[in-house]
Amino acid sequence: MIAELGAFALMLGLACAIAQVGLSIAARVRRSTMLAAAGEGAALASFAGVAIAFGVLMHAFIVSDFSVANVAANSHTEKPLLYRVAGTWGSHEGSMLLWVLALTGYGAAMALFGRSLPRGLKAVAVATQGALGTVFLAYTVFASNPLARLVQPPVEGRSLNPLLQDPALAVHPPFLYSGYVGMSVIFSLAVAALVEGRVDAAWARWVRPWALFAWSLLTIGIMLGSFWAYYELGWGGWWFWDPVENASFMPWLVATALLHSAIVTEKRGALAGWTVFLGLAAFSFSMLGAFLVRSGVLTSVHAFAVDPKRGVLLLIILGLTTGSAFSLFAWRAPTLSQGGVFAPVSRESALVLNNILLAAATATVLLGTLFPLIREALTGEAISVGPPYFNLTFSPLMAALVLLLPAGPLLAWKRGDAAGVAQRLGVAAALALLAGVAAYAVVSPRKAFGALGLTLGAWLIAGGVAELVERTRAFRVPAAESWRRLTGLPRGAWGMTFAHVGLGVFVLGACFETGWRAEAAETLPLGGSLNVGAYHLTLKSVDAVEGPNYDADRGVILATRDGRLVCRAMPERRLYLANAQTTSEVAICERGPSHLYIVLGEKRDAGGAPVWLVRAYWNPWAVLIFLGPVIMALGGLISLSDRRLRIGVPRRREQPA
Amino acid sequence: MRLPAILAALAGVLCIAAASDPAERLPNPAQEAHARALFKDVRCLVCQNESIDDSEAPLAGDLRHIIREQVAAGKDDDAIKAYLTDRYGQFVLMRPAFDPGNLALWIGPFLVVGLGLVLLLGRLRNRQPDTDLSKAEADRIDRLSRGDAP
Repeated sequence: MIAELGAFALMLGLACAIAQVGLSIAARVRRSTMLAAAGEGAALASFAGVAIAFGVLMHAFIVSDFSVANVAANSHTEKPLLYRVAGTWGSHEGSMLLWVLALTGYGAAMALFGRSLPRGLKAVAVATQGALGTVFLAYTVFASNPLARLVQPPVEGRSLNPLLQDPALAVHPPFLYSGYVGMSVIFSLAVAALVEGRVDAAWARWVRPWALFAWSLLTIGIMLGSFWAYYELGWGGWWFWDPVENASFMPWLVATALLHSAIVTEKRGALAGWTVFLGLAAFSFSMLGAFLVRSGVLTSVHAFAVDPKRGVLLLIILGLTTGSAFSLFAWRAPTLSQGGVFAPVSRESALVLNNILLAAATATVLLGTLFPLIREALTGEAISVGPPYFNLTFSPLMAALVLLLPAGPLLAWKRGDAAGVAQRLGVAAALALLAGVAAYAVVSPRKAFGALGLTLGAWLIAGGVAELVERTRAFRVPAAESWRRLTGLPRGAWGMTFAHVGLGVFVLGACFETGWRAEAAETLPLGGSLNVGAYHLTLKSVDAVEGPNYDADRGVILATRDGRLVCRAMPERRLYLANAQTTSEVAICERGPSHLYIVLGEKRDAGGAPVWLVRAYWNPWAVLIFLGPVIMALGGLISLSDRRLRIGVPRRREQPA
Repeated sequence: MRLPAILAALAGVLCIAAASDPAERLPNPAQEAHARALFKDVRCLVCQNESIDDSEAPLAGDLRHIIREQVAAGKDDDAIKAYLTDRYGQFVLMRPAFDPGNLALWIGPFLVVGLGLVLLLGRLRNRQPDTDLSKAEADRIDRLSRGDAP
């Protein structure tokens, strides 16, 4: 009965979304505040309906109601509570429900918090958000019902893939989807701006908080997925340029570009058309990702269960929404104003370069993901595009971006002073070079690539600090005055510094880890040992342990450095009983910012005595890879709390005639 | 990103860098390192999207065996890759060839940079010189600076 109520609430949500579109359009046409309020009410009701359906599905997972097909296919009574809850979004149907929950949630948030928006713009935006809600809800209700019943419920469920039973992965989808779908608000605001024919500083300022929020969550979501892959897959790698990773990375790149171009539009009224374009593109890439992951057109280790019929439907939704949005753009964009002019050396130019490089990086990821499909469709010849391609195209583009980055915030609007900026960044550049040279000289084995990466990371961090020094006039005015300036800095400025320094921390970690990772593998008898990096590992014992829904072999491995015990690692090899799957539970010894990463492999027989395959990785500075994005996301949230976004845009007073 | 319900390829397969298995290793460390570098560029054909360096699939093991033998026999990289593409096509290489068919793939991103720069330069060239004052404005400043009434 409860499941039927949920399904009914979902349909009610769909009906309300349709009403939201109709009422809001009518409100815009008739300029009626009453109709607009009704449209906003429908947006809230639509969210309430979906939220009830979501709660019902979660309840079915928690109480293991196997008469619901989705629960039977993805849950198990012995699964811990956290993973039963997370099972709600662990399947195709459940994740689509999470998607529409976020979509209608953002619609409701726009209705509630968009008070400062002009009425016409808001009505069109709410209508657009309702239209998006309608197509995705219709898809959920008619093609992927998460609450469908089974006539003959099984006694026990088929359980969730054990690799997915992990805390990081349990919370990864809510972050990721809130990020993905957060782009829908910008999409709706962009459509509304095109309909109203006005894109100005105020519009850019309305877009900013939504973009910051969605971007921050997406950053965390991607980081969690990467972190999960790092310690759960047991490869020791953290990014594989897998199509599904790429699908989440493209909206992030576009949103990053958008955050920067929106600054130009907000401060200088320029790049209005381009900012709107990016606003449309960000959510289009989110939808493209949702399609790619579910359609089965790509081969990925992470793809959902494949269903061609659903893939076609999602492709139709993608084509319909992006097609109509970009047609509207082509029709209306030429009417948008050009905005202020700027010199070749200026903040505007720097931000445009940022956007060019980010757009090219997005093109790289898009081509790398889709080109094999296109080529195979055209010529029948299959090719593979793997990490080597991205290393050759994406990396240089990012390196160029990183090189330019610290100069951007120091340049003045309209006309900058190149020599002055170079002078202010002199110390930062010297420090960065010093770091690179030191890394090249000291760290063994000698790696030019790693040292170069270290230089770039140090350059970003030192550049971020240099910008703070410049803003506070530290060392040039008395310390008290500098302190006063520092505490008086707007949150937006702090947010930017955090985001840029966070990127630097990430670059440091990524390059150090990639450059100087060490790897060792041996088959060890009890008491056997192997060396990795500066560490000596000894396999002490292997015992059988019993988990809630698995049996495991747990190894005890002692890690010593220079004869001193530094870590007692306990990697496991688990057998999940429900689906007879084996997984490895990696043991990670934290050594400062570095990881000693140990995997217990299969048991073998060496002339009667048992031996175990033990793999160990020395991942120097691996922590920074995940810490960097956290700092970046924190920067986004700090910027979100900026006064000018909380208070809103000051209205310009009418000039007396 | 990795929400996926079914990781069919991963299911039942322990995804640990399979190539580091000591049972497969070449006795010469330099040759072994060379072979490992090559593995990263070779796709496991029956897997979803893995190099043979990572995959535990039997075919990946066979390919590793073949490549190790050829490395031990002193064949160079191009010869080994040619051997692989003759049998399995371009699909076997993780790094697509730089040939006319793949031109868009390789130069696409840099075309975007070029296009962006052209647009930026066009915009910069066409800008109105907004710092220059009009004749009337300049006269007005002159008068103001001389202390005349505006």
